[in-house]
Amino acid sequence: MGAFLFQPSYLAVTPARVVRLSILLCLLLIVVAFVSLFTGTADIPVRATLREFFPWASFLSGTLTEAETSIIMSIRLPRILLAALVGASLSVAGVVFQALLRNPLADPYILGISAGSAVGAVLGILFGAAGTWGLGMPGMAFLGALAAILIVFGIAGRGKTMENNTLLLTGVMVNAFFNAFILFVFTISDHAQLQRALNWIMGDLSLADEQALLYTSVFLLAGTGFIYAFARSMNILVTGEETAQQLGVAVGKTKIALLAAAALITAAAVAASGTIGFVGLIIPHIIRLLVGPDHRILLPAAFFLGGTFLIGADTLARSLVAPAELPVGVITALCGAPYFLLLLRRSLRASS
Amino acid sequence: MKLMNVDNLGFRYGDPWVLRHLDFTIAGKEFIGVLGPNGSGKSTLLRLLDGLLTPQEGRVLLDGIPVHTLKRREVARRIAVVPQHYSGIFAFSAREIVLMGRSPHLRNWSFEEERDYAVVQRVMEQTDTLDLAARPLDQLSGGERQRVLIARALAQEPQLLLLDEPTAFLDIRHQVEILSLLKACNRNEGLTVVAVTHDINLASLYCDRIILLDRGVMHDDGLPEAVLTAENIEAVYGTPVLTIRHELTGRPVVAPRTELW
Repeated sequence: MGAFLFQPSYLAVTPARVVRLSILLCLLLIVVAFVSLFTGTADIPVRATLREFFPWASFLSGTLTEAETSIIMSIRLPRILLAALVGASLSVAGVVFQALLRNPLADPYILGISAGSAVGAVLGILFGAAGTWGLGMPGMAFLGALAAILIVFGIAGRGKTMENNTLLLTGVMVNAFFNAFILFVFTISDHAQLQRALNWIMGDLSLADEQALLYTSVFLLAGTGFIYAFARSMNILVTGEETAQQLGVAVGKTKIALLAAAALITAAAVAASGTIGFVGLIIPHIIRLLVGPDHRILLPAAFFLGGTFLIGADTLARSLVAPAELPVGVITALCGAPYFLLLLRRSLRASS
Repeated sequence: MKLMNVDNLGFRYGDPWVLRHLDFTIAGKEFIGVLGPNGSGKSTLLRLLDGLLTPQEGRVLLDGIPVHTLKRREVARRIAVVPQHYSGIFAFSAREIVLMGRSPHLRNWSFEEERDYAVVQRVMEQTDTLDLAARPLDQLSGGERQRVLIARALAQEPQLLLLDEPTAFLDIRHQVEILSLLKACNRNEGLTVVAVTHDINLASLYCDRIILLDRGVMHDDGLPEAVLTAENIEAVYGTPVLTIRHELTGRPVVAPRTELW
């Protein structure tokens, strides 16, 4: 297992290697999802569940009560699926933003893109401005994300590496602006909706309904597939934009395509789950340590490991203070913020 | 058939012309050194030849087509550039970097195939970089990194190789190593080489032809013996020099005419 994962990065990235690692990480995701399914206040019998849902497990004993079936089908399973989708979305978006800004500290949350999405989504929740999930909220969240991305990338400038200072200051300011806007909306809004909106802002996967699952999975799968077409170009892009042009990459078109796809994925994920930070930072970084920086293997690995990580984080959020629940964003921030500071310190030390 | 035609070329970023009234052609298999003082437009000329910049006046034709109108992919199959610096952020290994040279020959979604690996193997042998294959580029010395970047350019299988000060930060041994390597590619494989450089004497030894630029215009163009005269160098660089003959090759060697004692 160790030798399998830790192949030195000078080994070529082949389709076989990508498929092997993806299958392995997908299995890991399924195992973690399985554990999560049977973790919680209500004790669900494992054997009876298997018997209920898988025909091949009919030799097992036990039956599920109606309440238990309902807990699985309408509470835990949708929530696990949403966690997987959102984790994968944020992680893939993190990989793309890091490549575009040529800075491994970039992440949708740190850059303020999640906060931008949140402004739109909160307006949707509190005022029902454009109606419900059907059209309004993902649309609003997308517009918010787009506004934030325009600000961030407008400041980053064209054709430049985004230095740590610029990245962090931009993120802090964009976040401050949008958070102020959110507080403003809260202050003038109906108190009954306040708790829901607050939960949402800290990251709340309990909103998982069929539509949330549908939207996030469509954006995630279409977006990641689209992005994957540019995976080799992304490798070249991170070695410098002029170099990329000299190696035949249509830099302008590629960057716009990647930015648009990552924005869509982020917006759909944030609209469904609220602002969950640092997933897009931690996961790509860990994967680069394991398999090297080639985006053709980095993207699928980030996809699966991101999903796994968020299922795990949400399981902790549900069980640490049971029967109460922590917002999942609290867990990811508690892991992610120290990790971020560690990376920042190392990167500052390397550059001095 | 000429590989490139430069036709009354003029370019400016803002107001003053950086390059103006340039006329020359590049035939296949030449080894050309572009010389000139700082600010004479050498690097700008390279970027125009590569089609990264659009001329305001005149044209740069690659096989008869204005090079800036070609798709980057098309250009990258025929022209490779060796940059002065490498500024990647993630720790790609030398071999991964060289593999990127195959990119213009690959489609979206696709992976390198046997043929691509064979090319990479060959150019890494040629540049003596196989020992470095597994090492991250930012851990290599200046000379090693330069060889890897040349390997990447050769992996593109170009007709024309452009280099921006390929030996700027190297000691004499590594300078000779790099230039001999380029000369071998030029001689054995018919690769056309255009190198911008500050090193008049190395250019004299290795190039078949020198283009001497002076504040954006062509001062002289021809054989090293004809271009690298004391008069030309003094006129362009504004410092008194004398030339002597290289004992083995007969090529001119330029030295400052100092009077310290």
